Amino acid sequence: MSEVKETLTQPILRNNPIALQILGICSALAVTTSLQVTVVMCIALTSVTAFSNLFISIIRKHIPGSIRIIVQMTVIASLVIVVDQVLKAYAYEISKQLSVFVGLIITNCIVMGRAEAYAMKNPPIPSFLDGIGNGLGYSVVLLVVGFFRELFGAGKLFGYQVLPVVTEGGWYNPNGLMLLAPSAFFLIGLFIWALRSWDKSQVEAPDYKIAKHTAVEEAA
Amino acid sequence: MEHFLSLFIRAVFIENMALAFFLGMCTFLAISKKVEAALGLGIAVVVVLTITVPVNNLIYHYLLADGALAWAGMPEVDLSFLGLLSYIGVIAAIVQIMEMFLDKYVPALYNALGVFLPLITVNCAIMGASLFMVERDYTFGESVAFGSGAGVGWALAIVALAGIREKLKYSDIPDGLQGLGITFITVGLMSLGFMSFGGIDI
Repeated sequence: MSEVKETLTQPILRNNPIALQILGICSALAVTTSLQVTVVMCIALTSVTAFSNLFISIIRKHIPGSIRIIVQMTVIASLVIVVDQVLKAYAYEISKQLSVFVGLIITNCIVMGRAEAYAMKNPPIPSFLDGIGNGLGYSVVLLVVGFFRELFGAGKLFGYQVLPVVTEGGWYNPNGLMLLAPSAFFLIGLFIWALRSWDKSQVEAPDYKIAKHTAVEEAA
Repeated sequence: MEHFLSLFIRAVFIENMALAFFLGMCTFLAISKKVEAALGLGIAVVVVLTITVPVNNLIYHYLLADGALAWAGMPEVDLSFLGLLSYIGVIAAIVQIMEMFLDKYVPALYNALGVFLPLITVNCAIMGASLFMVERDYTFGESVAFGSGAGVGWALAIVALAGIREKLKYSDIPDGLQGLGITFITVGLMSLGFMSFGGIDI
């Protein structure tokens, strides 16, 4: 039981796919300007990761090693097509806002990375949970970034006005930069900083250390 | 001609794949520690994008789009839902063919690109450019301009970032920001710089 919990919760903060494994950043940033879109994207990605892990794990013993990448790609692409069609049918507006980023789940390194690193070696049920866990880890970062961008960029949360903006007679002057590309980079950078201050073991060792300045001691 | 030039400039600077659309971020952050490696990867991306986007454009217009199969006598067939699967297949196939072709005829370039060629299949910038091409309904000529522009823009961004990171390693960075954190902030500043190209129109 504790193992199940481990697989599920480990990727959320301790081994976060975005902040530590550097996977799946590609689509992560572009969809975070409003929370509603972010949530849909998170659900889409989590389900694709979980099911691709499940299916690949089921057929893992029948996949010849030399063509495994193509097989994984086909499984993932088929799942993404299903998600894409479902979104177009039931949430057309949001699927328009997500534009190409639903399709880009195929090349999202989280899906491919987990299939290759975990599902190829483990039985179906743990693989499925691993998929959900990594999907959640991705979602946490996206939701944090999306929360700040929508709140400070437009004064809204899920499309509802939280901070009354100046143009509508309120007091909050929205920060337009938050809705543009650079702020997403800054927010993820700061998120990583916060996460690594909390969990020191994730800190990377510097490539290059400046030697200590010893001239004063030598002089004395 | 002017139209194509304007499309190219837009794809390079204003709608930069890496800095404005966040595409190809994984490789962008992973392979940007050295300028030489970044340059090799950049060139590979330019070549692959210039080939795959027009090829996917032909496939979309003559096989997948609604009514595209009219030339085969099946005007009511709409295969556009197969798009995602076909594009990724085309990209993987072209990368593979290019690898074999370069290995046989241009070994110098093949050795220079080395391990980066196969990596490109999973680079979101390639797939993203094909999807943008479909969404914006480019013609064949436009897709050539857009594909090469997107590639050049991405290459420019990764080489610039690698240059900054080579110098950055000598600076004293707070522990938590070390590595990935400071890279993100640098990329953010670069993206801020590229935003100043907005509004340029030829």
